[in-house]
Amino acid sequence: MSSLLSIDDIQVSYGNIKALKGVSIDAQEGQIVCLIGANGAGKSTLLRSIVGLEPLVSGQISYSDSVIAQGHGEHHRGHANCLPTEQICSLGIALVPEGRRVFADMTVEENLDMGAFLVKDKSEILKRKSEMYDFFPILGQRRKQKTRSLSGGEQQMMAIARALMSSPHLLLLDEPGLGLAPLVVQDIFSKISIINKENKVTVFLVEQNARMALRAADDGYVMENGLIVLSDKASALLANPKVKSAYLGQ
Amino acid sequence: MGSVSEFFQHFLNGLTLGGIYALIALGYTMVYGILKFINFAHGDILMVGAYIGLFIFDFLRGDKPLSAWWFVAFMIAMLCSMVFCGLLGMFIEKVAYKPLRKATRLAPLLSAIGVSFVLSNLAAWLFGTQSRKLEYPFDNTPIVIGSGSNAVSITPHQILILVASALMMLILKLFVDKSRMGKAMRATSLDQDTAKLMGIKSDHVISLTFAIGSALAACGGMLIALDFKVYATMGTMVGLKAFVAAVVGGIGNISGAMLGGLLLGLLETFGVALLGIPQGYKDAIAFGVLILILLFKPDGLLGKNEKEKV
Ligand SMILES: Nc1ncnc2c1ncn2[C@@H]1O[C@H](COP(=O)(O)OP(=O)(O)O)[C@@H](O)[C@H]1O
Ligand SMILES: [Mg+2]
Repeated sequence: MSSLLSIDDIQVSYGNIKALKGVSIDAQEGQIVCLIGANGAGKSTLLRSIVGLEPLVSGQISYSDSVIAQGHGEHHRGHANCLPTEQICSLGIALVPEGRRVFADMTVEENLDMGAFLVKDKSEILKRKSEMYDFFPILGQRRKQKTRSLSGGEQQMMAIARALMSSPHLLLLDEPGLGLAPLVVQDIFSKISIINKENKVTVFLVEQNARMALRAADDGYVMENGLIVLSDKASALLANPKVKSAYLGQ
Repeated sequence: MGSVSEFFQHFLNGLTLGGIYALIALGYTMVYGILKFINFAHGDILMVGAYIGLFIFDFLRGDKPLSAWWFVAFMIAMLCSMVFCGLLGMFIEKVAYKPLRKATRLAPLLSAIGVSFVLSNLAAWLFGTQSRKLEYPFDNTPIVIGSGSNAVSITPHQILILVASALMMLILKLFVDKSRMGKAMRATSLDQDTAKLMGIKSDHVISLTFAIGSALAACGGMLIALDFKVYATMGTMVGLKAFVAAVVGGIGNISGAMLGGLLLGLLETFGVALLGIPQGYKDAIAFGVLILILLFKPDGLLGKNEKEKV
């Protein structure tokens, strides 16, 4: 099997705070990989560094066998050797950021248009939008509404739809279930499975809601304080006593 | 209080003044929306625009007598001046602001004040300290509508201002609401990191913002130059007022800048006309009312007053 995304021993710091202390993760083509960990473990930092929003101190990240980010030492923050975010996204990586980050003052339709910013063909954009309205019917009903008027769950669906508008090969999701009612979370996770199975999108999922995430995933990683402390098949992690006591409340 | 026609007359005068403020306020607000920074050199761009327009206009009309050609020449001059200032705005951003984007927030502000001095001193040095006059490209005799106590008069210059500023704002609004790059501008101003995730190059958006804002300032500069004189510091006071208009409208908000500009123009005119305030105090009154508005709506009339959602 080939690795679509390969993260090799990366370190990331915020000033003196070391957020990632040497993290390695592989995501195979076609899989759902999930990363669980407590608040502040460094999960979001990891996703942000994949898309070039945080520079690496050391290590490297490759996507489809080409290097997209590389460490450049402690003193070069801001000049790190990585592709700019816009370019990384044009390679087929899309991030659904933590807290959704919808363009609240824009309508649902305009948000989706932004997701397809790099698509030049207008009829292709229309086609993808109508696919999204089929896949998330609620968005079709709300398409002329300002996104701020949507509920949390609807905003999360919109953020996912917006990311899908670029037809990514790799979809990064940062806590898609955050702050949502269990039924809504279930709905979102089933959509994620469909995206993975039917659209052949590789998914890298970050969650605090460990049970739901591990059930959906093929492979799983556990992060604590900027380090990967466990990695295994997701099904094995679900049965792992340490995971059970620390993350599944058993 | 006077008659209805008197009221209408002041309203018209206020609207024309406000249209110009609005054109200039747009530049402040658009740049702030994207970079969260006040471009203090914006008023000086307006001055450069007035000079460039004046030179091109004078060159084109030569010593031909007043005719329709003058108006065509004026329009050509305005177009050239807008293009020139658009490029100048992009250039200034590249050399004076972009290198400071990761510095403290005060740094680009100081740099902008520096640019402002450079531009106005350069203009004084190159073009002299004697003020110049931009000739009306038409016969500016007021057109009187109605008669006797019902008469309202409007000058062709006022018509030009109303048409030009309404047209510019309409085009801008359509661009920002409907076009791909316009939406990218809004997205960038709402959330720059997330806009990057969509593949939007923020450098392009920032350049475009400076280009549009500066072009609008050039247009405003030339419209002002028809009534007032052209000199090296002509942009300072108008720039300041337009900035205040942008803040009152809700800085960062495009419709807010339009509203704030019009409001300031109307306040100035009505302050003098209706309340019988001496001409010299009109700014004090206008600013006083604006301060009052800000006391009750600190984020401006159309500004958002919401906490960041986590
Ligand atoms: N912008 C930032 N500046 C400084 N420290 C940060 C910043 N973002 C995150 N951190 C710190 O980095 C660590 C990891 O944070 P984060 O990646 O957000 O964790 P998680 O997503 O797992 O909750 C935390 O200690 C957090 O306080
Ligand atoms: Mg997080």
